[in-house]
Amino acid sequence: MFFQKEIETMSRPELEALQLERLKRMVDYCYENVPFYHERLKAAGVTGDKIKALSDIQYIPFTTKDDIRDHYPFQMLAQPMKKIVRVHASSGTTGKPTVGAYTKQDLENWSDQVARVAVASGATEDDIFQISFGYGLFTGALGLHYGLEKIGAAVIPASSGNTAKQLMMFRDFGVTGLVATPSYALYLSEMVKESPYPREAYKLRLGLLGSEGCTEEMRDQIEKNLGIFVTDNYGMTELGGPGVSGECEYRCGLHFAEDAFLPEIIDRDTLEQKAPGEAGELVVTTLLREGMPVLRYRTKDITRLNYEPCRCGRTHVRMDKVMGRTDDMMIIKGVNVFPSQIESALVGMEGIGPHYQLVLRRHNFMDNLEVKVELINAALLESYGELETLQRRVHDRLKSVLGLETKVTLVEPKSLERFQGKAKRILDLRGEPGAKE
Amino acid sequence: MQIQQLSIFVENKSGRLAEITELIGKAGVDIRAISVADTSDFGILRLIVDKPKEAVEVLRAAHLTVSLTSVIAIGVDDRPGEFAKVLRLLADGGIGVEYMYAFLSRDQGRAYVILRVSESERAMELLREAGVTLLTAEEIAGM
Repeated sequence: MFFQKEIETMSRPELEALQLERLKRMVDYCYENVPFYHERLKAAGVTGDKIKALSDIQYIPFTTKDDIRDHYPFQMLAQPMKKIVRVHASSGTTGKPTVGAYTKQDLENWSDQVARVAVASGATEDDIFQISFGYGLFTGALGLHYGLEKIGAAVIPASSGNTAKQLMMFRDFGVTGLVATPSYALYLSEMVKESPYPREAYKLRLGLLGSEGCTEEMRDQIEKNLGIFVTDNYGMTELGGPGVSGECEYRCGLHFAEDAFLPEIIDRDTLEQKAPGEAGELVVTTLLREGMPVLRYRTKDITRLNYEPCRCGRTHVRMDKVMGRTDDMMIIKGVNVFPSQIESALVGMEGIGPHYQLVLRRHNFMDNLEVKVELINAALLESYGELETLQRRVHDRLKSVLGLETKVTLVEPKSLERFQGKAKRILDLRGEPGAKE
Repeated sequence: MQIQQLSIFVENKSGRLAEITELIGKAGVDIRAISVADTSDFGILRLIVDKPKEAVEVLRAAHLTVSLTSVIAIGVDDRPGEFAKVLRLLADGGIGVEYMYAFLSRDQGRAYVILRVSESERAMELLREAGVTLLTAEEIAGM
């Protein structure tokens, strides 16, 4: 099934002609409306009429997350505020979130793209979707919300948390589809399995999961627990949110919304384009965004693009599930976390040293982050109360910076490993079966 | 007079207590009294030793977090109700006990208790007036 069959099954030559036309227009649009791009493109000597073929995209300079952060909050906007109707933001790194701004047309296009992902997964207007993503600045919840409404499905904006109530709504509202992060979906699926109600009390049949990676094993487990069909979708705040790519019923890669996004794979060291099918860093150019267009945005996600035709009939290129990152970003419960954020929160705190170690575990299918810090202030040994106060202070500080619960462990001074050169402070045990709390 | 107690931060790792006491032993420091309490993650080891300064040096050299705290050491007759009298005295004087632990010595018929209280000076005055034996650092070292 298709949401916009004409676009989704367009022949490759037609699609590429459309992309070329939109790319030329986008380059000129950025040049004229965003001072940052004006300077960059001018220096590179690139204008729309210089782009003769899609491969000429390589003359356009890259955009990085730092570029966007340096122009916080609204200097990357191509439209005045009176044309902007929505603002979203990412979970925020080192204090400053990444902002995304949308015109009315952007919201229209965005919900089309999400609608395509939903329909590709098998969703219909008869479905009742419970959105168990946290609502707020995060693009995930509202992105799926409007996309699903667009296909005519009923949307329940449940937000995340309160598992008992989530299950109650599943049953009472006859929910057929779940939108959540894979880890939360896994947790809910276990709870459903353990609930005193028979499986027939739950009408669930579909899961649209996203905002963090989902391994095949995790998906199998969710499907087994709930007896539902799960698809994966991909997006990020810098590109507008979910709907950038998503799996179809055959689940052999995530179809890119190629009429709206032009993907490339580059070698992260040489920055040269890689041949189709080779793995490298995903770089994306928005072809339609008005509010905040980006040219050649370096996602730091490692993947591959597969241009082979898909059995579903879609001609849009498929990307593999993200295999890794070029930086040290961690995704914990769907929240982007950089070790640098943790570092900035810990540095200067009284009583503890500057060294730390992060241990990631998965317990009850939920991510847990343990932060180990060295106790250096001997004066606190007077009482447990003081040590516990210190633990709580570190915990609260991290909570306010990351928006995440962490387990703070005090360790002996000099007991954490010291590194020469690049520090390896992260111990990710989430993939290990025995790694429980 | 008050005596010096070592407080050492100890992670909950098996073998850690053995390692720490070995360090002290090698330095020729004798342990008089010991107490350890723990939460799930860490513990505080409290020690009364014959040579506190040497013990602190060797522990700090091993990168341990150590502090010296003043505590009171008392001796009471080893008979039912004797120690309760001491606690009653402190309670009536409005002095709180933060923590305490008992230890034995080679003297028959005597029991010893280390007390950490809210107001050390006043507590000692009260105890002295009531005739409770307060141990000095020298006495502890010589035990």
